[in-house]
Amino acid sequence: MNADKPIIEVRNLTIGYDARIILKDLNFEVAPGEIFGILGGSGCGKSTLMKHLIGLYEPFKGSIGIFGENISQANEAQKRKIMQRFGVAYQGGALFGSMTLAENVGLVLEEYTDLNAEQIRRRVSEKLALVDLAGFENFMPGELSGGMKKRAGLARALALDPKLLFFDEPSAGLDPITSAELDKLILRLRDQEGTTIVVVTHELDSIFTITDRVIMLDKNTQGIAATGNVHKLLSESPDPWVRNFLSREGLKRAEMAK
Amino acid sequence: MPSQQEKFAIFDPKKIFFQVLDFTGESMRGFCSTLRHPGKLRSRDFFYYFDLCGPKSLPIVLLIELLTGMILGLQAAIQLRKFGTELYVADTLGWSVFKEMGPLMVGIVATGRAGSAFAAELGTMKVNEELSALTTMGISYGRFLVAPKLLAMMLAMPLLTVFGDLAAVAGGGMIAMTFVDLPISVYNARLFEVLNPITFLLGIVKALVFGILITLAGCYMGIEADSDAQGVGRAATSAVVISILLIVLSDALMTQIFSYIGY
Ligand SMILES: Nc1ncnc2c1ncn2[C@@H]1O[C@H](COP(=O)(O)OP(=O)(O)OP(=O)(O)O)[C@@H](O)[C@H]1O
Ligand SMILES: [Mg+2]
Repeated sequence: MNADKPIIEVRNLTIGYDARIILKDLNFEVAPGEIFGILGGSGCGKSTLMKHLIGLYEPFKGSIGIFGENISQANEAQKRKIMQRFGVAYQGGALFGSMTLAENVGLVLEEYTDLNAEQIRRRVSEKLALVDLAGFENFMPGELSGGMKKRAGLARALALDPKLLFFDEPSAGLDPITSAELDKLILRLRDQEGTTIVVVTHELDSIFTITDRVIMLDKNTQGIAATGNVHKLLSESPDPWVRNFLSREGLKRAEMAK
Repeated sequence: MPSQQEKFAIFDPKKIFFQVLDFTGESMRGFCSTLRHPGKLRSRDFFYYFDLCGPKSLPIVLLIELLTGMILGLQAAIQLRKFGTELYVADTLGWSVFKEMGPLMVGIVATGRAGSAFAAELGTMKVNEELSALTTMGISYGRFLVAPKLLAMMLAMPLLTVFGDLAAVAGGGMIAMTFVDLPISVYNARLFEVLNPITFLLGIVKALVFGILITLAGCYMGIEADSDAQGVGRAATSAVVISILLIVLSDALMTQIFSYIGY
């Protein structure tokens, strides 16, 4: 793939539910190897945008290109093909309750690879170890804490070594230390595997640590208030709302840097 | 805010029609794909659902069918006594049990046990984003979620009906022996005289159809549930109501068809 070609390309996108528009006329792209943040206040449509990007809902208008294919106009079979190429880590883990962690993580391997049982077992253990859940193979999701579920969900999303990962609220509901560990893991994925990662978050700490570029959604205009690097936006954005949104944490960091 | 429009969208019959069509198609594709590749069936799921719908439902089915048989036997005896024809209590009872009440009662029990459970299970999966996860993993819910339940029900319902029919006939027999003073041998002889294997099989076919309808209604209501706790509760309730409606409607239709072909 051409390194300059964006992995995600959003053009004139208008989305919402039933007859209600949540966001309109969005334009942005995500470059390969980028950690891309979707920011904004509560209820502005971050999760809505992500659900549309991954093809769960059809947009009202516009197009979403993923790996150069228009997921919003694909038929079911094509959609499934595209979906197999990216991973999604859901906010609450979304693990299948009737299956053990190993079965959860191994499911896509069984579905889409020719690996034998032993190879799958090894790959599963590897992925669980990656998210610090080694030894929990035979636990049921119901026996795990919220943070563990989230990490197991990440392991499942990574099972096929996707080139693109979507992560909804990686740090919401986690203690600061676990959340920092997760941030490190996200950075490592990008640095070592070259994975492109789209995160939805309102945890300012993570935003400043991990994201290369962000879009900030504005509930009032139903559009993008700002695009760019958060550090730059904090110091240079002409929009006081944007600076204000980023500033509390930004100030703290600036002080720490001194 | 076009909230008015939003409300219309929710009750849009055309949309619901296409949703049902979509769901049924996806489920049937999943079912056929499972038949073609039985190795891919998640056997643990299948046995779990079979156990839930079959053996675990058996005691309540037996009890209800036994009592139904007694009630029908009693009613028949009272009416037939007016004409001095109590002898035919076995005819009346056998006829109504094997053709109607046997499968119907099994259907009602299965609706309450399995239909509502399916709806609650899938509704909860929707709330937990498990359904979304399944979709973005590129896996069909028809094959992964509906097919094991459908297979389990298609196996369990006929078996339950066989046992249920026997229980109902036994209940009727008790009435015949006590209330009518009919010797058991006469009761049995009459039963065998009026009933033939086809009558019996057509009852089983009814149960099979009920099983399919209950499973599809339960799964559909779960998948289309609103994503909150109350939504899941409503889905379980609607699954039961709709299943019972479908059972009665399909029963009426099948009775028509069977009588048309001479049974
Ligand atoms: N399934 C749905 N059906 C209809 N409207 C929805 C649905 N999900 C969300 N909404 C509406 O869409 C808007 C945006 O919701 P969304 O969940 O995308 O916000 P968010 O930015 O992710 O907020 P948060 O940070 O609190 O998670 C809200 O006004 C919400 O009421
Ligand atoms: Mg959200």
